[in-house]
Amino acid sequence: MTAPSIEYGMLSPILIVLGIAIAGVLIEAFAPRQSRYGAQVALSLAGLVAAFAALVLVYANLGTGVGQLAAVGAVTVDRPTLFLQGTILLVAILGLLLIAEHTTYDGSGSGASGLDAFTAQASTVPGSIAEKVATKAGIAQTEVFPLTMFAVGGMLLFPAAGDLLTMFIALEVFSLPLYLMCGLARRRRLLSQEASLKYFLLGAFSSAFFLYGMALLYGYAGTLSITGIAAAINAGSGSKTLVLLGLALVTVALLFKVGAVPFHAWVPDVYQGAPTPVTAFMAAATKIAAFGALLRLLYVAAPALKDDWRPVLWAVAILTMVAGTIAAVTQRDVKRMLAYSAVAHTGFILTGVVAANPAGLTGTLFYLAAYGFSTLGAFAVVGVVRDRDGTEQTDLARWAGLGRRYPLVGVVFSLFLLAFAGIPLTSGFVSKFAVFKAAGEGGAIPLVVVGVVASGIAAYFYVRVIVMMFFTDPPEDAPVVAPPSSLSVVAIAITAVITFALGALPQPLLDLADSAARLLT
Amino acid sequence: MTNFPWLTLLWALPVLGAVVIILLPTPQRQAAKYAGLGVSLAVLAVAVILAVSFNPAGERYQFVENHTWITYFGTGYILGVDGIALTLVVLTAVLMPLLLLAGWNDADDRPGRSGRAPHGYVALMLATQGMVLMSLISLDILLFYVFFEAMLIPMYFLIGGFGARNPATSKAAVKFLLYNLFGGLLMLAALVGLYVATANDKAFADGTFDFRQISDAISNGSFVIAPALANALFLGFMFAFAVKAPLWPFHRWLPDAAVQATPASAVLMMAVMDKVGTFGMLRYCLPLFPDASTFFRPAIITLAVIGILYGALLAIGQTDVMRLIAYTSISHFGFIILGIFVMTSQGQSGASLYMVNHGIATAALFLIAGFLVSRRGTRVIADFGGVQKVAPVLAGTFLIAGLATLALPGLAPFVSEFLVLIGTYTRYPAVAVVAAVALVLSALYVLWMYQRMMTGPVTGGNEAVPDLRPRELLVIVPLIALLVVLGVYPKIALDVINPAVTHTLTSIHQSDPAPNLSAGGSR
Repeated sequence: MTAPSIEYGMLSPILIVLGIAIAGVLIEAFAPRQSRYGAQVALSLAGLVAAFAALVLVYANLGTGVGQLAAVGAVTVDRPTLFLQGTILLVAILGLLLIAEHTTYDGSGSGASGLDAFTAQASTVPGSIAEKVATKAGIAQTEVFPLTMFAVGGMLLFPAAGDLLTMFIALEVFSLPLYLMCGLARRRRLLSQEASLKYFLLGAFSSAFFLYGMALLYGYAGTLSITGIAAAINAGSGSKTLVLLGLALVTVALLFKVGAVPFHAWVPDVYQGAPTPVTAFMAAATKIAAFGALLRLLYVAAPALKDDWRPVLWAVAILTMVAGTIAAVTQRDVKRMLAYSAVAHTGFILTGVVAANPAGLTGTLFYLAAYGFSTLGAFAVVGVVRDRDGTEQTDLARWAGLGRRYPLVGVVFSLFLLAFAGIPLTSGFVSKFAVFKAAGEGGAIPLVVVGVVASGIAAYFYVRVIVMMFFTDPPEDAPVVAPPSSLSVVAIAITAVITFALGALPQPLLDLADSAARLLT
Repeated sequence: MTNFPWLTLLWALPVLGAVVIILLPTPQRQAAKYAGLGVSLAVLAVAVILAVSFNPAGERYQFVENHTWITYFGTGYILGVDGIALTLVVLTAVLMPLLLLAGWNDADDRPGRSGRAPHGYVALMLATQGMVLMSLISLDILLFYVFFEAMLIPMYFLIGGFGARNPATSKAAVKFLLYNLFGGLLMLAALVGLYVATANDKAFADGTFDFRQISDAISNGSFVIAPALANALFLGFMFAFAVKAPLWPFHRWLPDAAVQATPASAVLMMAVMDKVGTFGMLRYCLPLFPDASTFFRPAIITLAVIGILYGALLAIGQTDVMRLIAYTSISHFGFIILGIFVMTSQGQSGASLYMVNHGIATAALFLIAGFLVSRRGTRVIADFGGVQKVAPVLAGTFLIAGLATLALPGLAPFVSEFLVLIGTYTRYPAVAVVAAVALVLSALYVLWMYQRMMTGPVTGGNEAVPDLRPRELLVIVPLIALLVVLGVYPKIALDVINPAVTHTLTSIHQSDPAPNLSAGGSR
């Protein structure tokens, strides 16, 4: 029996990231405590950069071809996959800069060191003596770095899966570290642990849906490979009910991961409770990976069933846009408001998916890239607004006058909010126009109208934050902006520049997305 | 000369100037103001060069620049001016230095902005000017839309950040932004629809937003949009412009915003920015959707007439002088929209000239009122009385501006109002008669306001009102001079406007119902 051939070159980005993750675990086991932080940060950053370089090489080697299957059909390396993987890696690099934030802002000046956003020792009970001892000792729970790398590795594999089993494994590989990281906040630990538990329970539930759907699809097609399922659907033999049920169950799991209505209930609680760097990373990268998987499922496995899944997705997209927008109007907490706005944006991206034409694919790819950067930047800015004792202040009423006292923070956050609202000259406008144009070309004009109306309503709550920041007087115990280290500043600056640049000169990225918009079928 | 990118220079100067000024060091407050003034004068110079080199008998769009921008959306960086756009460009360029002078001290008493309030104020004014200019000179519909929406942001910060220090200001700013954003978003849906229509039609190789191509194809019949779709698209475009202009009943944001903002910002909004709304109706709604325009013409004319009378009637009853002038603006915009939609050559020439004249007259009136209000700290008309005895120059210029607003012959707005009324009468005589009632109403609101504030015995608190200072004179005298010059010799403006109007009417296949004796007459 010959060994299967593994195209290591084509898989190198994923392998590099997973290898770095394992090396990170080894560092945790063997390196002395003082050197762990430096080693982990350097290793993770180097690994992500190396993976991105490898990805660029793979993309260049593709030339004009669409791509190929790798690892005996378990992994698909095609153009949209590489585009999405590249975006995930860039978002991960920026997210890592946020996670590695070292300065512990503590108004008492005790100068305890450690990771800023993560608890010193996760196993301690919140409020116990052990927790205080650990914090004072300046322990840094540097396991978050290999956890992040595992999550990135899973996210890289998720849209690239060539069969459903690989997709499921990737789903679990990236979800489990995220469940854990959501519970590791340094302050307000009970809220964080609650968020982690909610995410875990609901995520496990949705993974079960995925498995059940996978089993039904296997029963229909006799194979788990995505192209195999497509061939079975085209052949038309077998019960259509079976394939529709299987497809529906798998889609439910994927819609849960992107946060579409009615599977979005976890989004506000998890985004609010998780440490803000994790929220930033998760909000951007999970969506990108999960939409990649959704695109592969719908466009490669089930394009023949377009007339069955398009109406359902229409309804989901409309519900998501409307429910996300309306729920965000009444929010009083900035992180929850951004979470519901993330749900609304999922609806907009679904509009591009529903279009089911090449322009829809291009629009979706561009939207994911542009939105990933602006949402990471927005949460990064939220993370620097603190009370005097270092706890994050996310109550909107206490943000009043922030733009007056810290104009740069106000302007940058306003840029991100305007990008979310879709004001022209920001990346958000170009993204929305791209998906609406694709939807219009695909005959989904009612979706465009609903999207436009939802954008109008959404503008209200984005503008409300800008009004609070600039045109309202600050309260007595107003929060301060803890001067972040250069890591966060770099991340925020890069995302702000990208958000503006993609609004003024989007053609290069649009060209890239357009040339990447050919799936391997 | 024609190869130099004058139009790019025109909009890039104020935008780059704004960026440079916002980066100036904090102690350089005066330098920021002088730099802003310098930039606006440079823009004026460019505008004058454009005006002088423009050939009224030449091509329809001149100084055209055409580069790629976002080919994926079929949109390009296409700039060009016709006569109507040119007059609005010159209006914007002329008003800007005067507004900066008028608002010289407006930003000085803003604590808590780390001392950079003057930088921010000047930069925001220049940024708004740059974006307005870009909307006027753009020949690509998506490029127009981008800056049509983008100009709301600096204007919003001008209103909310530098306006009166009470809670009503941020409410007014938010109302301004949300009304206009919502209108703009409906236009976005219409834009997507228009793109899809061009992409599906065989008249174009690809979906496109090139306005010249689309309007030419529509007027020679090679591009036909289904009537129902054309009506929907027209309504989408029209809604955005109706909110911006404003057209009754979408006007509710204007009085609050005009009252709460500083006088200079309010004039920037009413005299410059709102013109983009009426310009959009003339430039985009009519040529792109001629049949839909004709279909909705009676409804829009009705709304315009209601707006004329509504604005005038409400102006009469105002107790706040700034609010009064804001309502007169609504009335005047009703005239402009009426002139556009009667689709006669006099009507449209009159409407285009009206846009310029209204800009100058409202600027003069509002700024003088602003000077007066800043002396006493109150906007209530009843607090003033007999000011002409203590400040004769102020009262005199206020009277001239007021007489211009009521369209006294000899001052510029008379010509435009007369043209609009003639143009309306040739097609809808009854409407013209009703609109002419506004002439009486405008006399009422202007003269009564003047009588209450300026004539009669000097009432308490007004004894020490200083007269116009040199800086303020420097602002007002050019405006008055323009009003007189354009009132006596409107030919300089009409010469560039008339060919553009003729082009528009031919392309929408409308002609005047009666023998045409437009301004200038036939020899």
